[in-house]
Amino acid sequence: MTIVNAVVQGIFLGAFYAVLACGLSIMFGVMRIINLAHGDIAVLGAYVVFVIVQGTGMSPFVAFIVALPVMIVFGYALQLTILERSLKSGILTPLLATFGLSIVIQNLLLIRFSPDVRSLGGEAGAFTTSSWQVTSGLSVSAFGIVILVVAVAVFGALQLFLSRTRAGWAMRATAEDADAAELVGINSRGVYARATALAVAIAALGGLFLAIRSVFDPLSGPTQLIFAFEAVVIGGMGRLWGTLLGGLALGVAQTVGAQINPEYSALTGHLLFLAVLIVRYGGGRVSFRVAR
Amino acid sequence: MTLLRVEDLDCRYGLLQAVRGVTFEVAQGETVALIGANGAGKSTLLRAIAGAHRPQGGRVLIDAADVTSMRAHRRVSLGIALVPEGRRLFPSLTVEENLRVAAARRGRWNVQSVLEVFPLLQARRHMAAANLSGGEQQAVAIGRALMSNPRLLLLDEVSLGLAPIVVDAVYRSLAGIINEGTTVLLVEQDLTRALKVAGRVICMLEGRIVLEGDAASVDRDQVVSAYFGLKRPA
Repeated sequence: MTIVNAVVQGIFLGAFYAVLACGLSIMFGVMRIINLAHGDIAVLGAYVVFVIVQGTGMSPFVAFIVALPVMIVFGYALQLTILERSLKSGILTPLLATFGLSIVIQNLLLIRFSPDVRSLGGEAGAFTTSSWQVTSGLSVSAFGIVILVVAVAVFGALQLFLSRTRAGWAMRATAEDADAAELVGINSRGVYARATALAVAIAALGGLFLAIRSVFDPLSGPTQLIFAFEAVVIGGMGRLWGTLLGGLALGVAQTVGAQINPEYSALTGHLLFLAVLIVRYGGGRVSFRVAR
Repeated sequence: MTLLRVEDLDCRYGLLQAVRGVTFEVAQGETVALIGANGAGKSTLLRAIAGAHRPQGGRVLIDAADVTSMRAHRRVSLGIALVPEGRRLFPSLTVEENLRVAAARRGRWNVQSVLEVFPLLQARRHMAAANLSGGEQQAVAIGRALMSNPRLLLLDEVSLGLAPIVVDAVYRSLAGIINEGTTVLLVEQDLTRALKVAGRVICMLEGRIVLEGDAASVDRDQVVSAYFGLKRPA
């Protein structure tokens, strides 16, 4: 029964990783940008929600809805000011730009909020700590289910957007051939800005979940980035559903590892990541595909 | 009425100058063939007109309005569409999605009317573009350009890599499109075909226009020598 419990808890943890990884996957899939500031953007989102909650006393979930437009505007601005310029000069420059952005965000957060550890778990209400005892060895947390349902909804909505709407086709067309997309009347700059705004908004959702399910501080970003990055790679670079499955696989690997020995939690996740890298990318190719 | 005017256009790829001081006009309703050997600058010229290549100097005017610094997607909304060399379809999108994503301007052309002109695509409608044959891909590429209801259709080597019988089918469809009054500027390697479909030919050599004239009256030997630069003025 303990192993069943570990797998169930791993699925909840993995859904959280999948939400964190989603935006990373979008930015890589559409623009070939590996956003090293992604974890810090998630933490920034958590702080924006935190400020709103502190100022108004509203629920973090309502505060997130208020924070969303702020983060979307931030995503647009980020693409049009920094990333678009860096994209023009090769694949390495965006990597360096986002690395610098990561440091800037961390230090601005340190200046404004001090290194104190925060959490929104208390403000989110009692249900975030409630759970159902299914059997003696298996309990299911309410917030875990919320995260899982939201994760599936986010990925499902993205899938529908990319496969059913004209804006989604334009995003896939631009991802596949930005030059040809321009020639059929698609504003590739606009598509890139929308992709980044979408990625930042979903990162902020990951930040909200982080803030409620555990704690965060200005330097929490890089740890989140590593898990998100591993989820993307395990699922296959640029594959949308793969990212969800990759997140779930990483979560399960970590909780099962922790079942063996609590010290093995992160280690088993890394081992899964390395095993996938060796098996899949042993001289293979990377491509962007959307399941139809 | 002049639809397109290219004035003293210079295009470069780094140190290589592909187009050198090219000036010409295309009137509304005309069909003009650009001919010349590989590397003469034809494709670059078309890309510069469509906005995919930023010229070093000179101007591109549509309806006498300067569009030289306008980005490609905005030129599409003015009615310029390029069928690029190598087709450049979006491989994971289906035929229908490739067409519908390109519907920038309303008009005579929509998914239905494009499929009527290229009936071979009807059965392939929901198939990913990556899985089509070369001829089918070329038909989608032309159809995709038509979806923006262009006033000026730029065609870059639509017969390249296709079997002769497929090329015939593509050109039959093109004849119908030209008859409907769409202005066409096409690059074609096959001189006979170019002279047959076009009202006027422009021959380029090493980035310059070396010969220009009516397709009906132009002397074939003259064109051949201009094509290869046999009687180049010193």
